[in-house]
This record gives sequence, structure tokens and C-alpha cells, in this order.
Amino acid sequence: MTGSLTLVVLMAVLFGAGISIMLERSLTRVLIGFLLVGNAVNILIYLMSGAPGLAPILGEGVDPDEISDPLPQAFILTAIVINLGITAFMLALIYRSWWLAQLGLKGDEVDDVADDLEDAEEAADLIRSSAADDAAIQEIIDASDETPAEAASRRRLEEELELEASARDRDDDGGDR
Amino acid sequence: MTAALVPLVVLLPLLGAATALVLGRHRTAQMGVSAAVLGAVVVIAAVLLAAVDAGDPTVVSIGAWPAPFGIVLVVDRLSAIMLLISAIVLLVVLLYAVGQGVADRHRETPVSIFHPSYLILSAGVFNAFIAGDLFNLYVGFEILLSASYVLLTLGGTGERIRAGVTYIIVSLMSSLFFLSAIALIYGATGTVNIAQLSVRIAELPDSVQLILHLLLLIGFGIKAAVFPLSFWLPDSYPTAPAPVTAVFAGLLTKVGVYAIIRTETVIFTESDLTVLLMVVGGLTMLIGILGALTQADIKRLLSFTLVSHIGYMIFGIAVGTQLGLASTIYYVVHHITVQTTLFLTTGLIERFGGATSINRLAGLLKASPLLAVLFFIPALNLGGIPPFSGFLGKTGLFLAGAEQAAGPDAAGTAWLTWAVIAAGAVTSLITLYALTRFWNMAFWRRREELEGYESALLNSVQEAPEGATVTATRTTSVLMVVATTTLVIVTVLLTIFAGPLFELADRAAANLIDPDVYVSLVFPGGIR
Repeated sequence: MTGSLTLVVLMAVLFGAGISIMLERSLTRVLIGFLLVGNAVNILIYLMSGAPGLAPILGEGVDPDEISDPLPQAFILTAIVINLGITAFMLALIYRSWWLAQLGLKGDEVDDVADDLEDAEEAADLIRSSAADDAAIQEIIDASDETPAEAASRRRLEEELELEASARDRDDDGGDR
Repeated sequence: MTAALVPLVVLLPLLGAATALVLGRHRTAQMGVSAAVLGAVVVIAAVLLAAVDAGDPTVVSIGAWPAPFGIVLVVDRLSAIMLLISAIVLLVVLLYAVGQGVADRHRETPVSIFHPSYLILSAGVFNAFIAGDLFNLYVGFEILLSASYVLLTLGGTGERIRAGVTYIIVSLMSSLFFLSAIALIYGATGTVNIAQLSVRIAELPDSVQLILHLLLLIGFGIKAAVFPLSFWLPDSYPTAPAPVTAVFAGLLTKVGVYAIIRTETVIFTESDLTVLLMVVGGLTMLIGILGALTQADIKRLLSFTLVSHIGYMIFGIAVGTQLGLASTIYYVVHHITVQTTLFLTTGLIERFGGATSINRLAGLLKASPLLAVLFFIPALNLGGIPPFSGFLGKTGLFLAGAEQAAGPDAAGTAWLTWAVIAAGAVTSLITLYALTRFWNMAFWRRREELEGYESALLNSVQEAPEGATVTATRTTSVLMVVATTTLVIVTVLLTIFAGPLFELADRAAANLIDPDVYVSLVFPGGIR
């Protein structure tokens, strides 16, 4: 079996880099590490197809020894699609865990230590603005297909949320004083 | 004729998932679709089992590509048994989940995502059981894992995300191991068809066989939660909603065990890792159950017993005789139902008693005798009290081990086999101790005694890292109780019909002992 040395080196580098990044604490780096290792495995599969040849499906009258092995290519395609789906899920998970980390588990119990307060408020502002964006988009989507009853219940919910938010603001003010 | 039914066990859940997703706003219709699909799979699996047991060939080549080139779906006795029991468990747990959703009025969990994810999980599990080539097995694993990521982090609360991250990263690692193993196996043999591998792997040099074998085992070992690859399980399972934990505990680890059975019996027929599997099996039992001893939270306790009892199956595979494999198959079936039942009962306890910690539960026997029965039967069953199926399965495994240790094959390793049998007996007793302790405290202790209660039994227990959570007592729907009762009845039926079931498992094991049976199933005309 013959293979390209360049690919072997590339695979080794991807494996090494990917695994060392994966050992970091940050989830985003773990994801990057996973992507690198995933690609390293794909190259490993590709290496197993041996020397490159003609395009695999050429119809009749072609010497089978001349064409490259189509099976590993099919494997890689499948693996790439699976990796894509998992990456999308991981990104959503990372976003969610970042969100929870900013707000803290109990949402409004922001740490009262003076140094942290500023950071926490900045983060909370950021979240509020992005949450406002999300809410606006969601409203447009919902408005297109909601029944009057649903609209009423949603309005009630929003009012409650606003009440809560204003209560929280008041609490924050109290903390400053 | 029956062969045409084989692809349906994967197709139906996938189509059902798509339909359920479209019906996202109509919850009743969604429930109907899910229940109908899983009900249909139960029927199909039963028909397949009957057909396979009668000797009908049930091998399908997808797209009519012949075996080594195309994807083959193979149903032998083992696959059919696994299909049937997992379909039954999935259906019952679905009913439980529906009941819980009704009781909760959809306040906490986004049910519209639950049904499609659940059906995709089922499709992945079924696909793994009927895969005739390694790559399709990998795809089956990925389908069920992707769905399980969604189910585990359902609702996206901080606790679930934290538990989910551990689970997801560990699972991704095991998938990468598995995929690398597939690549290397393809490089070494030029095929991923399991039947063809059975012939070609044996032709490889011993050292190459050993490397490939270990790579595959590490990948499957993580999924099956075998010590030392089991650390992730007790931290990730208990936080999910009760029905999700139940299905994960019952089925997902057993898919890994199934893959290990196939690896040991069909793929690596020559390469022998008996000693390694024995040691790992024994350690899985002991370490797992010692972890269970110190848990105050019943969900975490059960997660540790889950890890521990995987050790029995690994032991059975390591023994590798016909009796050993038959007992393993019977034990897998027993463990799927019992472990799922216990987690469902725990869900009921949590709702009824308002907590899952041994330190906060009391007086449940008086409050709900039915709940007590639903806990007591599977708990004794798991602990291995005669005449329940847990006792029968363990006896079978120990007998197989003793026979093998006394036989001429095991001259050097006989003491090891005896040691693992002893470990199994100790594990069984400790399981019983841990569960009866919970029973004593939660069911027999009076409610008034709860305040300031002191007992030597409770000195060593620790609360879950998140601390003991107290949930407000919520209503329990009839459907949840009915579903749990059904599964308890199934576990009792496994005991009553143990004779015929064990004979069936024995016939399945006879197929496994001789890999040529599997090969001739896929290649009726003989292999080149």
C-alpha cells in the first residue's frame, strides 16, 4: 500500500495539535480540538485508500486497478456530515453555557463583590441587548402564526418578565447604596 | 418475506421523527405518532425474532448491492432479541414520558423536541443492532449519540448543560477512537463487512490484530461504561429527566455491550483478550458498587450500580463458552428491564416524596404501598435474590465461569476466574445492601423520625455535588404509574418464563460460538 508522506505528516500534526488543544478548560478550544482531530481521522481514512488513481466511477472498460478506492471517500463524506451536525450542536451548547456562566445559575444573583460588579453588569448589558435582538426576531416569527389566545398569554408573560426585570434593577440599585 | 421487514425498524422511527417534528404544535398527534411507530417496531421485532428462530434468513442488502460492497443489515437471534427488548422498553418509557408531560403541563421541558429526538434515538439503537458492517455500526452509534446529546441537555438548565458537556466530550472521544479503528481495520483488511472481517482479521499478524482489537474495545468500552472508562456515567446520567435517564441507563450502555459481544465472537475470533476482559470485568463490578455505597442520592446510587453490573456482562463475554454467552444475553435482557424500571420508579419517588436523597425521604410505604411494591420487586431483582431473573442470570454466569475454570482450557487463569466469581458474589451482596438501606430509610422510616435522625448506616453517605435538591411535590399521572407497573410485570415475566427464554438465549449463543454461522448468513454462497 502506498500513501502520501505529506498527508501522513499533516495527519500527525492535526492529531497532535487537536489533542493538545482539547486538553484546555475552555469549551470553545475543546470544540476546535475536536474539529482538528476529526479532520485528522478523515485524513487517516483517506490514507487507507492507497495510491491515488482515476475517478472511481467511469463506466465500462476501465481497468479496476487504475481507479482510486471509492469506499474511504464515502466514509469521509459521511464522517464530515456527522461532524458538521455535532459542531452545530456544540456551538449551541457553548453559547448556552456561556450565557449561564454570565448570568450565574440563579440568573439574578449577581455577585456583590465590588470588583466583579462592573464586569457582571457589562455582561448583563450585553446579554440584555442580545436577548432583545432575539426577542424581536422571535416576535416577528411568532406574530405570523399565533392565535389570539396565544398572543394574550404571551403578553401576560412579557408583562411578568418586565416586572421581574424592573424589580431586579431596583435590587441592583439597592446594592450600590 | 420477513427480510423485507428488517429495514423498517430503522425507517419507521426516522419517518416518525420527521412527522413528529412537523407536528410540533399538535402534542396529542405527536404522541400518537411516536407511540404508533414504537408499537409497530415492537410487532416487527417480535415477528423477526420468530422468523429468525425458525431459521428464516433475514439479511438485506441495501440497494441490492451484494454483500462485501453494499451495506448489509443482518438479523440473527442475538440482534432480534436485542431489538425486541429495546423496542418494548422504549415504548413503555415513551408512555411514562407522555404521562409526565401531561402532569407537568409542559412547563419545564420543550416537549415538541422530545418526541423527534426520542424517535431518532430509537432509530440509532435499532440500527446499531442490525448493522452488518462496522461503518454502519458507527453511523448507528452517531445517530443515537446525537439524539442523546439533545435529550440529556433538554431544557438547557445549568445543571444539565454541565453534565451534558462531560457526556458529550467523552462520547465524541469514543467515536473518534471507533472511527480511527475502522480506518485502520479497512487499511489492514480492505473491508468493513463484519462477516468478511471475521475471515480476514484472522489472517493478519498477531500484533496487528491486538492493536486493532484494543482500539475497538476502547471505543466500545467507553460507551458500555467499563472500568476504567466509566467515570463519566454517574456524573452525567442523573441530571436528565427521569424517563431520559431510564432509557439511557437501560439501553445506551447495552448497545456498547452488544458491540463488544460482536467484537469478541465474530470479528476477532483468533485474538484472545480473555485475561484482560476478566480483570476489567471484575474491577468494573467492585469499583462501581463501592461508589454506589457512598451515594445518598438514589439516582446516583443507581448510576453506580449500573456501571457495576456491566461487569457481569463483560465477565460472561470473557468466559466465552456457550453457557457464558447465553447467560450474558439473558443478563443483558434482565438488566435492560430492571435498570429502566428502577429509574422510572425513582422518578415516581421524586414526585411523590419530593426528593431523591436518602436523608430526606421517609414514610413512603405508608404513603403509597403501590410505589413500595414497584420499588421493592426490581430492587430485590437487581440484588440477585432468588427466584428473580437477576439471580438466574448471575447463577448462569457463575456456573459458566466455574465450568470454564475447572476445564482444561484455563490451566493458568483458573484462579482469576474464581476471583472474579467471588467479586461478583460480593458485588451482588453490596448491591442488595445499598438498595435495602435505601428501602429502610425511605420506605420504613416514619415521617416524624426524619428530623435529626442519626444512624450508623448513614454515616458514610454523601449528597450529590449539586447538593440535595428538594422538588415541590407534583401530581403523578396514572399513565406514569401504569408504565412503571408494566415494566415491573415484564421483569417478573422474565423470571416466570426464564426456561424458554434461557433456551432462546442458548440458541443465540450457539450461533455466536461458531462465527461461521454469521458468515454463512451474509454470504450464503460461501466467501472468497
